[in-house]
Amino acid sequence: MPQEVQSNVRTIPGIISQRGCTYAGCKGVVLGPTRDILNLVHGPVGCSYYAWLTRRNQTKPESETDVNFMMYCLTSDMQDENIVLGGEKKLSQAIREAYEIFKPHAIGLFATCPVGLIGDDIHAVARKMEAELGINIFGFSCEGYRGVSQSAGHHIANNKVFTDVVGLNDTPDEGKFRINMLGEYNIGGDAFEIEALLEEMGITLTASFSGNSSVYGMEKAHTVDLNLVMCHRSINYIAEMMEKKYGIPWIKVNFIGAEATAKSLIKIAEYFEDAELISKTKAICERELKKVKVALEEVKPITNGKLAMMFVGGSRAHHYQELFNEMGMDTVAAGYEFGHRDDYEGRQVLPDIKVDADSRNIEELVVEKDPRLYDQSKQDFKKKKEAEGYLFEHYEGMMPDMKKNSLVIDDLSHYEAEVLIEQLKPAVFCAGIKEKYVIQKMGIPMKQLHSYDYEALMLHLAEL
Amino acid sequence: MLLRHTTDKIIDRSALTINPAKTCQPIGAMYAALGVHGCLPHSHGSQGCCSYHRSMLTRHFKEPVMAATSSFTEGASVFGGQANMLQAVTTIFSTYEPDIIAAHTTCLSETIGDDLTQMAKKARDEGKIPAGRHMIGTATPSYVGSHITGYANQLTSFVNYFAETTGEKSKKLNILAGWCEPSDMREIKRLAKLMGVEINLLPDTSDVLDTPMTGKYRMYPKGGTTIPEMVSMGDAKKTIGLGHWCTRGAAVALENKCKVSFVIEDLPFGLKATDRFIQALSKYGIAKIPTEITDERGRLVDMITDMHQYLHGKRVALWGDPDEIIPIAEFLVDIDMKPVYIVSGTPGKHFMERMENIMTVKCPEAKYKNGERADLFLLHQWIKQQGVDLLIGNTHGKFIARDENTPLVRVGFPIIDRVGHSYFPLVGYTGAIRLVEKMLDAILDKTDATCPEEKLELVM
Repeated sequence: MPQEVQSNVRTIPGIISQRGCTYAGCKGVVLGPTRDILNLVHGPVGCSYYAWLTRRNQTKPESETDVNFMMYCLTSDMQDENIVLGGEKKLSQAIREAYEIFKPHAIGLFATCPVGLIGDDIHAVARKMEAELGINIFGFSCEGYRGVSQSAGHHIANNKVFTDVVGLNDTPDEGKFRINMLGEYNIGGDAFEIEALLEEMGITLTASFSGNSSVYGMEKAHTVDLNLVMCHRSINYIAEMMEKKYGIPWIKVNFIGAEATAKSLIKIAEYFEDAELISKTKAICERELKKVKVALEEVKPITNGKLAMMFVGGSRAHHYQELFNEMGMDTVAAGYEFGHRDDYEGRQVLPDIKVDADSRNIEELVVEKDPRLYDQSKQDFKKKKEAEGYLFEHYEGMMPDMKKNSLVIDDLSHYEAEVLIEQLKPAVFCAGIKEKYVIQKMGIPMKQLHSYDYEALMLHLAEL
Repeated sequence: MLLRHTTDKIIDRSALTINPAKTCQPIGAMYAALGVHGCLPHSHGSQGCCSYHRSMLTRHFKEPVMAATSSFTEGASVFGGQANMLQAVTTIFSTYEPDIIAAHTTCLSETIGDDLTQMAKKARDEGKIPAGRHMIGTATPSYVGSHITGYANQLTSFVNYFAETTGEKSKKLNILAGWCEPSDMREIKRLAKLMGVEINLLPDTSDVLDTPMTGKYRMYPKGGTTIPEMVSMGDAKKTIGLGHWCTRGAAVALENKCKVSFVIEDLPFGLKATDRFIQALSKYGIAKIPTEITDERGRLVDMITDMHQYLHGKRVALWGDPDEIIPIAEFLVDIDMKPVYIVSGTPGKHFMERMENIMTVKCPEAKYKNGERADLFLLHQWIKQQGVDLLIGNTHGKFIARDENTPLVRVGFPIIDRVGHSYFPLVGYTGAIRLVEKMLDAILDKTDATCPEEKLELVM
């Protein structure tokens, strides 16, 4: 019996943790990168302010005049009288003003800590204003205190997007092979690269949840053949729910690392069982891998055998290991900031995960087959492919990839990071912005794996 | 266009803020607390507050920013955060060993009525605070004021807690620094030293948020106001508060507690505000103004005279924190520039009075607003109505700068896409020289890049 990895549990008060809050996960991660949903944060000014373009998600509207709200930070800027007397009126008025200025197709409302405490009902406001303005308005009860980390916010975001956005438009995109990309947030433009490869293959990307994404794509997301899950932690819920309701199967992919990318692209092509698509995809991969090989030859003499540590997210601390492996680097220590047991041990442990008090307050939606839109043929096809050995909804987590004697630490604290570095002296340490300069002060090269700091790594830092 | 939905048509908003020119109280408390030696800021609320504030300060300074959190969950939000706070005290003193925990509230803990002063007393009574160590609580409700209010409240807490009167006045002056950079605080110390005036500077983020790379990480760097300095503030002969918003509360507290009288001056940005600061140092420190300082002033005036033709009449949009943009606006007017649009999200009537005084004669066309909805969206709409030559403010202005093809001089908080602010001061005469240099570079670089070829001149 493999060891259980304790995760998704509370951080001890007073510990200097990497973690953020439920609101950060809901607004910042899942909804933030969608350019044409107008996001309005109900609360004091700070919550909206700190989530204003700080995750470095990029977006490219289709034209110069297309809707793009990404640069706008909207808040009801609650004052003390709103806390005492309630803020619903101010929120309603803020929505009216936002509508008058921006004329959006959809508005997302985000609840911050005091909203839940004073009993403002953002869902009632959403319904009322939806009736008044005739557009889609939905609210997220993502008060910061709801979970033990950002992860709770991902779940809340998934739920609401699934109930209030997905399924609004039944017209499928044109194209022979239609997919959605789930859990790719286009940080630093990653999605642009992936989109270009998919397009060359001849794959139609209907929706992205959510990077370089549009609400119009999300509305018809249920019309695709296959869902791809990149960041398992933040988005697996929507993949699950779409399968239950519409019969769309999903597969896990990883586009971090050249080999990983090639493997994922070929797996997508093989799903469709189209000889032309498969051969084209293989040719693309071969062409790209050639370029990567040249680059690898250049860096390998520097990177080979070097030690790496990575502590981020709920998936990236695993995904990035593939890239580091390709460069010949060993990940000696890794862990997630807000992962769950399945992200470490694999999805097979899902039935054994006990739901504790902190998870119980996040709604678990009861999803049933859509009588009109459930596509049994997709499930029959899935069964056939499964019999042939094709893996669906398959994710083994980080543990199988961790070498013997390596360390896995969940919710790494500042103190633990210091000790790890002192004892193991890695060549590179990867985490987030709060850790970056601490690590660098210790003379260890540091890279962020969420908000990238792009190329070049000062490996000769110690010599200066 | 990035801000493609911003037009010149201004509608009257009564509830919605768009692209704020402020943020919330706790981050100000965190910044102020980092300017005290051996102090660990602590955020009493959800983890996100602490994470967001640390991230923003880290991006601005490109330095480690440490702070702990009470890590509220739903239970704490319902039953009160005392258990979390007390556990945090134990965790922090055993793991991170600070001299002081400077805890501040958040909108969450304020809404449920948590009282940090009472919790600090309880922690003390229960022996959770080791001998010689301290815990201070500060109320910083995010739904009142702005980050500036939080900064001010933290300073007030420090002096209330530490300052003591021995009955014997010292020769020292207290200087309460409004929100400015480590470089600015270093410059304030340099000027006082040149004057031969001994000061207690609170806070002092120099040597905390501008530390050298040594290969060794120090959680509590050598800088920061020390406890003995804060204690001795009660014996100082005068307090000079630099910035009405940031320092008045602490100055009043010192007067009430220790009978140290005070005077409030502007943060010394620009010529006149620096004059007033130097005069105050001279008057209350009973010191002569040395030639070094008058020479610095002379060099500033010389530079302004040399380059006046490129500055006069230039229309400027300015945003940021009141203690900073009031003296900057005054300086711009003094060098014949036109600060035509000014916003600050921080509330306070004093703002409009001061701006009126500065603008009435020399820039009567100026539009200015502070408080709720005095935001960058409004500022941009004014710019859409009639353009400006220069933007002065924080990094958030870069989108306006690009859309309007108008140069931006980065001043204020946060600056998260450039460096320099933590190393080179903007206060004092030399700081003003740097500001003029930055403005000239921005204006003239644009002229050189965009003027007709036949107009490009070698000599300027």
